[in-house]
Amino acid sequence: MRLIKNLLKSALKSIAKNKTRSLLTSLGIIIGVSAVIIMVSIGQGASAQIEEQISALGENLIIVFPGSAATGGVKLGAGTYVRFTLEDVKKLKEEGTLFNGVSAIVRTGGQIIGGGNNWATSVLGVSTDYTKIREWPIKEGEFFTDRDVVGKRKVAVLGKTVADELFPNENPVGERVRIRNIPFTVIGVLSEKGQSPRGTDEDDVILTPYTTALYRLKGGRYIDMILVSAVSKDQITQAQEEIRTLLRESHRLHLWQDDDFRIRTQTEIIERATETSKVLTLLLGAIAAVSLIVGGIGIMNIMLVSVTERTREIGIRLSVGARSGDILIQFLSEATVLSLTGGIIGILLSIGVAFLINRFTSLSALINPGIVLLSFLFSGGIGVFFGFYPARKAANLNPIDALRYE
Amino acid sequence: MAYVIKMDSITKIYQMGEVKVHALRGIDFKVNEGEFVSIMGPSGSGKSTLMNLLGCLDTPSSGEYFLEGINVNSLNKKQLADIRNHKIGFVFQGFNLLPRTSALENVELPLIYDRRGRIKNPRKAALEALDKVGIADRGHHQPNQLSGGEQQRVAIARALVNNPAIILADEPTGNIDTLTSVDVMTVFQKLNNEGITIILVTHERDIASYARRIVKIRDGKVRKEIIEENPRDAKKDLEELKKGQAFEEEIQ
Repeated sequence: MRLIKNLLKSALKSIAKNKTRSLLTSLGIIIGVSAVIIMVSIGQGASAQIEEQISALGENLIIVFPGSAATGGVKLGAGTYVRFTLEDVKKLKEEGTLFNGVSAIVRTGGQIIGGGNNWATSVLGVSTDYTKIREWPIKEGEFFTDRDVVGKRKVAVLGKTVADELFPNENPVGERVRIRNIPFTVIGVLSEKGQSPRGTDEDDVILTPYTTALYRLKGGRYIDMILVSAVSKDQITQAQEEIRTLLRESHRLHLWQDDDFRIRTQTEIIERATETSKVLTLLLGAIAAVSLIVGGIGIMNIMLVSVTERTREIGIRLSVGARSGDILIQFLSEATVLSLTGGIIGILLSIGVAFLINRFTSLSALINPGIVLLSFLFSGGIGVFFGFYPARKAANLNPIDALRYE
Repeated sequence: MAYVIKMDSITKIYQMGEVKVHALRGIDFKVNEGEFVSIMGPSGSGKSTLMNLLGCLDTPSSGEYFLEGINVNSLNKKQLADIRNHKIGFVFQGFNLLPRTSALENVELPLIYDRRGRIKNPRKAALEALDKVGIADRGHHQPNQLSGGEQQRVAIARALVNNPAIILADEPTGNIDTLTSVDVMTVFQKLNNEGITIILVTHERDIASYARRIVKIRDGKVRKEIIEENPRDAKKDLEELKKGQAFEEEIQ
């Protein structure tokens, strides 16, 4: 025990004696470790941000998109888009058992005039369940009711951005706006939602009953997509299956026909969105890891120089009774201490940089204790790995030659 | 009386490419406990090779070497290292102290590698060894702050610290002036008087004659043994040298 302690002490001492050299040697590891941690942290921060934004779409969300008609794998392409009808929505709403809410989405848009201002924005025709599905409460006034939907009433609920643009200093509830020259009454304003996962402004929107949007603004029969929220997170799969059954019934699809719609869940969307950032994280992490290895080679280089420089010292140690194993341990621990010190400094540095990134940039860096531990152990491993060759070279020196070395 | 060292027809052959070099051609050599032996010989005589074998830094090509009754030939590398640590103290020509390391730490060095754990307080043992060679007050100095004589004393203290069976001194006065050489010899004579076995390798007749027995080697064989009935007294020589020097200074 005393022996190991003393060998470690000699290693520390020789590092302390060559401060500048030791620091420069560790620099490779410092940069490598902090690069790995920062890269991975930024990647994970980005993933977390995307996840958070998608969660903001609403819990347990299932989105049903129209697909192309197909029979046994022969897809008929975009021209044969089968869109949803009011009957589809009605069927889901009336026969669904696992749904918390169902909303048709009719997308349109145009120039809006109101309060002496005008603004181009998108108009979404939605069902009354929409605010519930999206977990998007009303801030002022109220949302439209089923009566408004049935009556195709010209009522509108403004997103925060639209409200601010058209009525900067007043309450828009009760005011009139003209959407494509058709007058609507503003009955409510939505609370602020912020950015969508794609980076667009969610609040730049006007909501109207989907019937109104369909018949008064768009002039069609078709619904662009359907939003459904499942009653709970564990029942998303069952809810998905239920949607499928109901829509197949509604579209009168035979057994041999493929679905003419696509169902996407929240989790799938999150997975897709974070997949890219995960790949990127891995790539950046790998590149940073290469710099760690380069740092390790730097340590090996300096250790080799050090062994040559200290040949005489090794000879002295051997002559007073050091075993080659003792010499090996001494040089190995020197290399390991160098790389571990570099690792620790690198970790501290990366924590500092992550703090600055979070403070002063729009990026978010999320430091994962796992990656910190991993890079610490990895830097230690690099010290052992790259220190082994020089240490063995030192341990195998012949004491007579080593003592005579000039 | 027990032999500390007993060598029987030791040979050492170096293979230098195609050529075989016979460094030692059958050495018989015995040292009793408490002896002070000088090994003399010109360069190329094989005395360095003999020294390396005596110090267990190398193994002979043939022959037997017993160190305190242990057959050294049968030992492996690890055991040889331990033998060096427990039984042998080296003093080299070039001092061979660790640079930028205090005298005390240099003296402690062999204790680091002593796995027997006999010495509980290495610092105290090192101080005692330094005291024996008369430089206890220089313990915290680094080698480059010490004179040649002082450095050699530190090296002797290092050789002493583990209570070895023998001290092997390889040209210990090769790098220092005459006055300091005699000064270093006083240390060896003092230690020998205290019962420590010393083997001294040198090519200087003056230095060799401080020992009680001189073994002359040439061409890898022992050629002559001289027993000094009245070995020179280093202490007396030193006093005279100093007097002479003082006289010279007075004249100038």
